[in-house]
Amino acid sequence: MLNTASALARGPFFASGAWMTESLIDIAHVTHAYQTETGSVPVLNDLTLSCAEGTFTAVVGPSGCGKSTLTRLIAGLMIPDEGVVSLHGERVTSPRSTVGMAFQNPVLLEWRTILDNVLLPLEIVPNALSRKDREARAMDLLKLVGLEGFESKRPSELSGGMRQRASLCRAIVHRPEVLILDEPFGALDAFTREDLWQTMHNLRAEESFTCLLITHDLRESVFLADQVIVLSGRPATVQYTLDNPMSGPRSLDELYTPEAAEKLAILRHEIQVAQGREVA
Amino acid sequence: MRSLRKIWPPLAAILVFLVFWEWLVWVNGWPNYKMASPSDIWPAFWKFRWLFLEYGWQTLWRTVVGLLLAVVVGAGIGMIMGFSKTMRDALYPLLVGFNAIPKATVVPVIALMFVGAHDFNTILIAFMISFFPIAVSISIGLSTLEPEYRDILRSLGASNFTIFRKIALPKTLPEFFGALKVSVTLAFIGTNLMEIVEPHGRGLGHLFDSGKISADYPLMFAVLIALAVLGIVLFYVVVVLERIFAGWAERQET
Ligand SMILES: Nc1ncnc2c1ncn2[C@@H]1O[C@H](COP(=O)(O)OP(=O)(O)OP(=O)(O)O)[C@@H](O)[C@H]1O
Ligand SMILES: [Mg+2]
Repeated sequence: MLNTASALARGPFFASGAWMTESLIDIAHVTHAYQTETGSVPVLNDLTLSCAEGTFTAVVGPSGCGKSTLTRLIAGLMIPDEGVVSLHGERVTSPRSTVGMAFQNPVLLEWRTILDNVLLPLEIVPNALSRKDREARAMDLLKLVGLEGFESKRPSELSGGMRQRASLCRAIVHRPEVLILDEPFGALDAFTREDLWQTMHNLRAEESFTCLLITHDLRESVFLADQVIVLSGRPATVQYTLDNPMSGPRSLDELYTPEAAEKLAILRHEIQVAQGREVA
Repeated sequence: MRSLRKIWPPLAAILVFLVFWEWLVWVNGWPNYKMASPSDIWPAFWKFRWLFLEYGWQTLWRTVVGLLLAVVVGAGIGMIMGFSKTMRDALYPLLVGFNAIPKATVVPVIALMFVGAHDFNTILIAFMISFFPIAVSISIGLSTLEPEYRDILRSLGASNFTIFRKIALPKTLPEFFGALKVSVTLAFIGTNLMEIVEPHGRGLGHLFDSGKISADYPLMFAVLIALAVLGIVLFYVVVVLERIFAGWAERQET
């Protein structure tokens, strides 16, 4: 799956609608609970959703409803009590190297340079790349997210936004099929966050991945995603799905159109329902 | 040039200290059994220079071996406690209790238990007194590893060993070296306690004891100085190792 850096597969995601057909992530009737000392905590309840190959799905929901749990199930870090999680129709029972992850905390390794941090997955995932090809691949990504010239710096020398960019590069350096982002921009200020949205668009244009983004920011979900899924309060199930297909890279201005305002209003309402403040 | 500028302030401080000491003894007219002065100590040191070399070496190697043992066992216990919460809960009280026993009381017990096994006794005490900080630091370093660090590698299918090697181990190194600096000094205390207490012992501690028996006060002071010098050397060896292996954790000077 991993080719040399020069043979980059250019993503045709904005090209046509044909890619919408095949689903890559399938979550069918998943129910899960954590066992704690004080008893069982039900977190997910009969949750079903799917993400078509090459699409971008945003998941929003009340705090603590089980979004991170969902990401851990998809990544194979946990197995659901009931139901099936599958990638490409294949049941997920353990972690697989075709997944990339990034979190709110960039978790970069302080003792490595930015370049070596980005290279980390290539040291784990079996691949036939030479050291030179790996570095070329990492450098391409760093360039793409605007970190050219910072590759030999330590994480502590970078700003929060830059660290998050590096963390994104690390999440996709091994060309994962599935990219899981758990509130990666949650800790950033509004301006930096909007910069990173742009970066996400750039990455999507160049790389081929199917993305599942957890977020608390409704504007972010409408700006980045083809489909926005609202989860109910804990135990979470899919409460609402907003179709928001993208025909090409969006500009921030589109967030201020009447259509976008309407979508945001719907989502805001759904979230309030999910929080139990309003009746559907 | 830069290293010269770094080295002269501590040297100057030592010199000032020696001059002040000499002056203090001279002004108060203290006899050498009350307080020997640097000028008394040097002749004592020179007179016994071969003994100092031989015993100094004995003290040094026993301390280092005890310390290495403490690193291996301490790291082992630290890993067990760091990775398993059950083991942490189980072992912690035991470890704390063990550490709370004043080692000065253990020394005669050990000396009696293994009569005549000088090297073994000394190394054992050096080890016992110094492994605790290492075990605790490693267990804390490992148990406070944020789960995301683990998930990053685990989601790629990395084994526990790979996660330990690539993340947990390097991340714990700064804490480990911090503890090692404490342990070096402790191990040194352990070695000397045993050397002093044991009859027909060896090492600088024994030399100190001989000084006491023959009322050679300058010799006793000379031993103290020799111990201080050895302590400084060992401590800075650890500092250099820390620079090499955990230099990234040092704060940038601004
Ligand atoms: N390891 C665990 N053991 C027990 N309970 C847990 C565990 N992890 C999470 N929970 C509980 O499960 C629920 C869902 O957690 P999860 O982290 O998936 O929520 P989330 O939607 O990601 O929350 P947030 O919006 O705060 O990120 C929470 O109530 C949490 O307290
Ligand atoms: Mg979460």
